[in-house]
Amino acid sequence: MGQITLEKVTKSFGDVEVIPPLDLTIEDGEFCVFVGPSGCGKSTLLRLIAGLEDISSGAIKIDGSDASDVPPAKRGLAMVFQSYALYPHMSVRKNIAFPMKMAGVSQDEQNRRIESAAKALNLTDYLERRPGQLSGGQRQRVAIGRAIVREPAAFLFDEPLSNLDAALRVGMRLEISELHERLKTTMIYVTHDQVEAMTMADKIVVLRAGNIEQVGSPLDLYKHPRNLFVAGFIGSPKMNLIEGEAAARHDAKTIGIRPEHIEVTEAGEWQGRVGVAEHLGSDTFLHVHDTGLTDILTVRSTGEMGLRHGDCVSLSPRHDQIHRFDASGLRMA
Amino acid sequence: MTDPGRNPGADLGGDMATQHSRSAARVMIAPSVILLLLWMLVPLGMTIYFSLLRYNLLMPGANPFIGFENYAYFLTDPAFQAAIWNTLILVAGVLFITVVGGILIALLLDQPMWGQGLVRILVISPFFVMPTVSALVWKNMFMNPVNGLFAHLFEFIGLQPFDFLSQAPLASIIGIVSWQWLPFATLILLTAMQSLDSEQIEAAEMDGASPFSRFWYIVLPHLSRAITVVILIQTIFLLSIFAEIFVTTAGGPGTASTNLTFLIYLESLQRFDVGTASAGGVVAIILANIVAIFLMRMIGKNLDA
Ligand SMILES: Nc1ncnc2c1ncn2[C@@H]1O[C@H](COP(=O)(O)OP(=O)(O)OP(=O)(O)O)[C@@H](O)[C@H]1O
Ligand SMILES: [Mg+2]
Repeated sequence: MGQITLEKVTKSFGDVEVIPPLDLTIEDGEFCVFVGPSGCGKSTLLRLIAGLEDISSGAIKIDGSDASDVPPAKRGLAMVFQSYALYPHMSVRKNIAFPMKMAGVSQDEQNRRIESAAKALNLTDYLERRPGQLSGGQRQRVAIGRAIVREPAAFLFDEPLSNLDAALRVGMRLEISELHERLKTTMIYVTHDQVEAMTMADKIVVLRAGNIEQVGSPLDLYKHPRNLFVAGFIGSPKMNLIEGEAAARHDAKTIGIRPEHIEVTEAGEWQGRVGVAEHLGSDTFLHVHDTGLTDILTVRSTGEMGLRHGDCVSLSPRHDQIHRFDASGLRMA
Repeated sequence: MTDPGRNPGADLGGDMATQHSRSAARVMIAPSVILLLLWMLVPLGMTIYFSLLRYNLLMPGANPFIGFENYAYFLTDPAFQAAIWNTLILVAGVLFITVVGGILIALLLDQPMWGQGLVRILVISPFFVMPTVSALVWKNMFMNPVNGLFAHLFEFIGLQPFDFLSQAPLASIIGIVSWQWLPFATLILLTAMQSLDSEQIEAAEMDGASPFSRFWYIVLPHLSRAITVVILIQTIFLLSIFAEIFVTTAGGPGTASTNLTFLIYLESLQRFDVGTASAGGVVAIILANIVAIFLMRMIGKNLDA
């Protein structure tokens, strides 16, 4: 079980209120991702849930019972730190065994759980090594192994992949998703990589300056961003946000259109000149200048385009995919 | 990046240039090397030489060569046995007190508290007091059976004043020396403690480790290297404690607080027996090296990796 509820939770460091009153429910078995720009309070929120930081007011409930004053170890949560926080003087086996040793689990049971975790995480050959003798990805797996053996109610991950290189990150991302499928345990995952957020999450929580901007499934956020911040934050490349006359024509202060919803056509609505064209093979990202709409309009076309720097293009947006926002930045129906 | 130690131009110039510059370098550093060698070897050589002579300043005249007689005399002297034990007890006692006490004080100082900076300076300050001065202060202001603070304290609670320096001379000296060296141990251990990644402690906290387990399994192993450094450095200095003994007990009563350094001093300057004192000096050198090898074997491996 692992349902986590935050009720009017706040956190201040001295006079600085980092988390204004915040309500959030994370259902049992859910993969919940916190995203937001740097310094928005993602780590702080996670540490509040873990109990490493005391809440200033409000309540944190785990499976319905108030855990606000429960010490971290008693909350039944396991955390994977960004720096892995492995114990450098202990072998991998001892690292993984440590939480069980502290909990007084029998030696046989310890060995059983270590073996099964090591097998699941491909660590069997490394059990006698020290963390210093492992690669970044292996260390990450040890940290996850140490979390798994506690059989926690929920896993907390604080940017666990940010120290890995791009290829390894994709691999570990899949492994963690895989793990979630298998264990069906609640996971809370902090990242500022929105690809990680989109691909892994059941539910994304977008934070800005400690406030929740929107909560929803990845596609929900992608299709119906509640405001300009979420619209700009979710999606890669970013949504084009257009103000002025073109927006007024749609009765909005700002309109947004995603790069993939603009097509290069023969005689389109908008004209422009191609700046940089990024050829990814499967897609081409065109940065189009001089459209009179915004500085640079990003267009994503599938396949290869024969366009070069300086070519003129004609573009037509898909009108059913235009997002409209009012003067306060909120989405209009 | 290229290796800064290798100058690609030197290869082009051939071996001649390197050889020239090498021999030039040797010539350049020769004076200091020779000076250092003389500095070390002359006293050592003279000590060994004197240790083989019958050489007593009270009996002027010929100083005949007598082989190892001085050594035999020194080593069979009952005071020698006592001095060896006293030296070892002194070193071990001070090491134990400073390491354990240093860890405890460092743990306290590591806690956030009001006036941290001032408290830290206060804790360090005994280290700046000269050994003779601090020994005098302890002897006259604290341990004196008539005027000392401890005597007053004992009287205040209705006990007989305790004459530390004559009843428990070695223990008193261990106390004084520990007081001097505690700041050093604390300082080294505190900096080591502060270099511990706070996420490791938090991870242990999440893993259900009690404060004591966190200390035992995380903090203490992290400190092992610093503890090694403290033990090695202090041992070197503690083997040659002299001023504290000279100022307080003068090695007595009897030989109760005579260590090897002090015994050698007694031989040479109280009995004017240069030969035996030199033999004692050589024995002290050998003993120090045995202790050093022993220590390096035992804990030196902590310094690897
Ligand atoms: N111990 C602290 N004392 C004072 N302010 C703090 C403390 N910890 C965090 N803050 C502040 O709280 C805010 C949120 O910090 P937090 O670490 O939660 O950000 P984050 O969203 O995790 O950022 P990042 O993506 O860079 O990790 C920041 O403005 C930070 O300066
Ligand atoms: Mg963070």
